[in-house]
Amino acid sequence: MSEQAHSDAAPVRARPVDLAKGVFIRLGVLPFFLAGALIIFTALSDRFLTLDNLVNVFRQSVYLILVSMGQMLALITGGFDLSVGAVVALTSVTAALAMVALAAAFPEAVWLVIALGALAGFVAAALVGIVNGVGVAFFGVSPFIMTLGVSSVAAGISLFLTGGVPVSGIPYEFGNIFGFGRLWGMPVPVLVALVAILAMWVFMTRMRTGAHIYAVGGNIKAAALSGIDTRRTLIIAYGTCALIASLTGLLLTARVESGEANLGGTIALESIAACVIAGVSLRGGIGRVENVVLGAFFIVLAQNGMNLSQVSSYMQMVLLGGLLILAVVFDQVRYRMMMGRT
Amino acid sequence: MSRSSHATLIEARSLTKRYPGVIALNAVDFDLRAGEVHVLFGENGAGKSTLISMIAGASAPSEGSLAVRGEPVTFNGVADARAHGISAVFQEFSLIPTMTVAENIFLGDEPRRGPFTDHRAMVARARELFASLEFQIDPMRLVSRLSRAEQQMVEIAKAVHSDLSVLILDEPTASLTDREVDHLFQVVERMTARGVGVIYISHRIQEFSRIADRITVLRDGARIGTVTMDATSEEELIEMMVGRAIDEIYPTIARDPGPPVLSVSGLHASGVHGVDFDVRPGEVLGVAGLVGSGKSRCFRALMGLEAVKAGRVRLRDADVTGAPTRRMMEAGVYYLTPDRKNEGLQLVFTARDNLVQGILPGIESRGGQLPWSRIRETADKVAERVDLPESYRGRLAAQLSGGNQQKTLFGRGLGRDYDVYIFDEPTVGVDMGARASIYKLIKSLAESGKAVIVISSDLPEVMNIAHRLLVFARGRITAELPREDISESTVLAHFFEEQEELA
Repeated sequence: MSEQAHSDAAPVRARPVDLAKGVFIRLGVLPFFLAGALIIFTALSDRFLTLDNLVNVFRQSVYLILVSMGQMLALITGGFDLSVGAVVALTSVTAALAMVALAAAFPEAVWLVIALGALAGFVAAALVGIVNGVGVAFFGVSPFIMTLGVSSVAAGISLFLTGGVPVSGIPYEFGNIFGFGRLWGMPVPVLVALVAILAMWVFMTRMRTGAHIYAVGGNIKAAALSGIDTRRTLIIAYGTCALIASLTGLLLTARVESGEANLGGTIALESIAACVIAGVSLRGGIGRVENVVLGAFFIVLAQNGMNLSQVSSYMQMVLLGGLLILAVVFDQVRYRMMMGRT
Repeated sequence: MSRSSHATLIEARSLTKRYPGVIALNAVDFDLRAGEVHVLFGENGAGKSTLISMIAGASAPSEGSLAVRGEPVTFNGVADARAHGISAVFQEFSLIPTMTVAENIFLGDEPRRGPFTDHRAMVARARELFASLEFQIDPMRLVSRLSRAEQQMVEIAKAVHSDLSVLILDEPTASLTDREVDHLFQVVERMTARGVGVIYISHRIQEFSRIADRITVLRDGARIGTVTMDATSEEELIEMMVGRAIDEIYPTIARDPGPPVLSVSGLHASGVHGVDFDVRPGEVLGVAGLVGSGKSRCFRALMGLEAVKAGRVRLRDADVTGAPTRRMMEAGVYYLTPDRKNEGLQLVFTARDNLVQGILPGIESRGGQLPWSRIRETADKVAERVDLPESYRGRLAAQLSGGNQQKTLFGRGLGRDYDVYIFDEPTVGVDMGARASIYKLIKSLAESGKAVIVISSDLPEVMNIAHRLLVFARGRITAELPREDISESTVLAHFFEEQEELA
């Protein structure tokens, strides 16, 4: 893996500028950022480019990959979802509270408790997603304000329900399987992510609704004139986004073995950064699942590299914000290059 | 076929559409028979697009009824209309630029296998469709990479891909070459032979004798009459459309040209490949050409609205090549945009406040204080000049009719003294009355020694008010015609000059 990554990076620098331009227009900044990160962090830390570490990074990136795929849906429709972090927290709190209450009622039926608890989390998240979608689609609230407001509402409810104290006492099996378990030698969260990635890829490339999400973001008026129910499509996009974020919420809850209202604090920003770096256009209509997965992987890789290179977590915030802005700037340049090539 | 050829497909009774402050369509009756081409004829803003948008389900009538094959219907969206076999190709294309041709054609109606979209069937069916229409387009291409004419073909393919009984074409030939128009007419003939009824909107009166069976003329939102093509002359149609004889609309403008005030040489910009011309005070310079010919982009580039790639622009003795818009305006050049809603007006401001926008740059503030009472006086004077009635001045620009919006936009250019006025599509979407006031204004500007440029897709308009006419095709000037050489045939010949050579 390490060798392959290396040989990917080298030719880009060696071959003419035109090739780099072509890669940039087709794929965006991601190949360049990935190459840059690999070179810099390999130079800074000898523990970085090891199989162990890269596997570790992939395991850690599961959570961001999931949320980023949801964020991608909102971005492709031409919007945003700033509430994904609050959805993660709300899911965690709701699911944990439900599990604790149900476990007291049915101490024997552990799996029923887990299933119903998870369902409670999904329902709470779906409500948030639908509220986002309705606000954007029916009332024409700008996605930025709608999801920012909803984010505050959802985060507030999570804190209100728990008083800010972690909810403990969820079934031991939940954390044991969904947090730390392995199936066929693979960590369960990784398996869950792989299934979700495949499902999302099929949804966006093979299903009618996926095509409609692209169409709404590409040109919403034209989509309406093609007979697409644009409101329904927007609600599905925001609803699905919240459900995937909710899945992350459950996996993180299992990992920390308690329901916490402060989970997912930085994930909205990180997921938007992952998408933009992966070539999802902020103007809507453009974005691919496989690139977004790689984009999220890149963000976690960069964080891991910075940790190994002993960059402080405060400084990491600075760098991540800078990276996001840089990616957007490059996105603008890329758009102009694309349009200028007619 | 003959059985259905006289069946009435669509019957509209007293359709009315009201928008805040405007009646776009006033109790219009309309019917369409199977196998006929029914032309809708009228000026911009006459209500043609409003009428077809209701028939196609894109908007709901405020009043009136619609029946398809005798059955009363109410459409909630274009999908409903399509289920009744009604498809429209709108002027603003309903294509998604970021998707492929095949995906666009089947958007909203994708072939499926189980729960999945069947991409292979989609592409195969798109190929068949193009073959049957004799269009040569690769279904896998991205729409954003197609030319306008190709996009038009995709639009048509999209409209006809399903079982169709009514096809609506809104100005389909506006951006096509002669050859492409011939092709389109063959497609239309094949459709009508199958019993499809076609509603056809066009400004090009010379096309009607080739395809029209009946013509309905609209003016200011009302139906003036429905006539058969063989019983009506072009002159009669034009009189029905404008409601008066032509010589009453276009004023005679005196010409007294001075030395060039603005000179452009070798100008290159996106879609503009080397143009040279002079602009003189005291005359009206007309600029004609098809959509996409570069006629508008050339002037947008010199105004600093698009990048200048090469060439020189001289204003009096100064080189202003690539100067930003702000500087061009300070130097005395005013540009009137063709897109009032997106680029022109502050829609949430009142008409008067929009006029003030044009006055402010020329006002000296005294110690940071703006002389508001004087500004308001000036705004009212400008409003008088552009014929904007008192009662409309306090209304939001968004609520004004196209004509009054356009007068407001013109007024913004009169708030200060400019030497060069560039009017890009000055009468687009404007009713007859406002049109007359706008021409009067152009006359007074030119006769007071200003340089006036009128860029227009409305051929009779530029032909009648220009002293000198530039014809654009494919980013170049293909002709510069003095007044006495301007005629429809000379101008049209130059529209296609370059394209025919290349084809």
